[in-house]
Amino acid sequence: MIEVSNLTVRFAPDAPPAVNDVSFTVATGEAFGIVGESGSGKSTVLRALAGLNPHYTGTVALDGTPLLPLRERGFFKRVQMVFQDPYGSLHPRQTIQAQLLEPLYNQRLARDPNAVAAALEAVGLPLSARYRYPHQLSGGQRQRVAIARALILKPDVMLLDEPTSALDVSVQAEVLNLLSDLRAARNLTYIMVSHDLAVVAHMCDRVAVMQTGRIVDEFESGRLRDGSVSHPYSQELLAASEAYGD
Amino acid sequence: MSDQPLVQATNLNIAFGHGAAAIPVVRNVSFSVGREKLAIVGESGAGKSTIGRAIMRLLPDAAKVTADTLKFRDIDLLAASERQLMELRGRRMGLIMQDPKFSLNPVITVGEQIAESWCLHHPGREGRREAKARTLAILEAVKIRDPERVAKLYPHEVSGGMGQRVMIAMMLISGPDLLIADEPTSALDVTVRLEVLKLLDDLIASRGLGLIFISHDLNLVRRFCDRVIIMYAGRVVETLAAADLDNAQHPYTRNLLASLPSIRHQRLRLPVMQRDPAWLTDGAA
Repeated sequence: MIEVSNLTVRFAPDAPPAVNDVSFTVATGEAFGIVGESGSGKSTVLRALAGLNPHYTGTVALDGTPLLPLRERGFFKRVQMVFQDPYGSLHPRQTIQAQLLEPLYNQRLARDPNAVAAALEAVGLPLSARYRYPHQLSGGQRQRVAIARALILKPDVMLLDEPTSALDVSVQAEVLNLLSDLRAARNLTYIMVSHDLAVVAHMCDRVAVMQTGRIVDEFESGRLRDGSVSHPYSQELLAASEAYGD
Repeated sequence: MSDQPLVQATNLNIAFGHGAAAIPVVRNVSFSVGREKLAIVGESGAGKSTIGRAIMRLLPDAAKVTADTLKFRDIDLLAASERQLMELRGRRMGLIMQDPKFSLNPVITVGEQIAESWCLHHPGREGRREAKARTLAILEAVKIRDPERVAKLYPHEVSGGMGQRVMIAMMLISGPDLLIADEPTSALDVTVRLEVLKLLDDLIASRGLGLIFISHDLNLVRRFCDRVIIMYAGRVVETLAAADLDNAQHPYTRNLLASLPSIRHQRLRLPVMQRDPAWLTDGAA
């Protein structure tokens, strides 16, 4: 479905690359996780994939077709992103309905209120939420709106950048369940970035570990469960996550 | 170990606003802390940080704090004058905040900021001279390798983990009895978090401090603290030894534990919180 090869991102010509020669492939319907600590480049990979940062070298291919760094409109119909902070990613002075209609407008589609209703229903929000402003919703509800906004175009791929790290654990459980259900129901492909090994182990089939811009390890998430990861850095992350966790 | 608790609170109530429109955020909370590690755990809005700030008397005027007792040792915190409170804050009890990026002054070197806390409590030339030596000593105590160099750095020049050590150093320099740590490691990466917690643990043990550890992270608290207070919507729903968390009785605590994704155990769905209105009545606790 998605094939990334030799992706490199630099923020200044003489700076060390933030993402260094990263390659991976994600199959249709798969959930692929990228973990790493702050500054490891995991979000930068996702932003380059999403077309938010066209200044990269290497290729990103969707269904075998290499994409232009400056993405075409049709790309966003198929690939949508959900950001970490639901407070920052929604417009504070637009109603939920207006914000959900915007992707349709961008895609030159009919701005159909029924699509809003369907998207809200899919993420388990009441229809009355369409006339609300973001500040009138809780953090979990806002993240549901962000997911609804991504879903309204019926994409094939969702890029999830720490979708639950701003949420309480009880709300995180609800949002993770929602994401699992949606993936099963719509055969979505997920690429999920997180610093939380437990969240990635729960959600993803395969996991890549990033450190200083490189993918240092890649394995089936089952290897996390039985503790058989082999790379020293993966072991260190796993040990640190379990020392005061789980 | 003295028997007298460091902080004692009985029926602590905190509300924001005036008169009938006042919104209670902490209701009838009672606890005491000795020289131990006490955790206050709950979701956002449970009132846990508000309690920490109430002990330091750092809440804005709009917050109405009432309690049968709210004492630090023998000092009645609600009756204390601002002058008395200034003596307490920093010197007898310190507050470590979540994110060093926002809690340190960006235009003052970290060394000066640490020294400032000592100087405030030891005015005069003598205090200033001593502050410098103590700053370097405390930086060394928080395991910073080259204190001379780091003291001259500005906050943006240090990493998150180092920034958090600087904050801990700042709080420890005046030798307090009690530390209140408000989510001290939430902004840190897992491997760095481990180092900072280990450091905090060592310092608390070697100096015999009391710690109030405010956190949303049940798993962390389970390993790190001695006792845990679980809060829900401003109320204490359960208080138990950290080791007994698995045997928690209250459905809220059990649900909170169950809703954590686990690395080791595969589950298709995570259990979702069924909130019971009965938890909002005083009888439930």
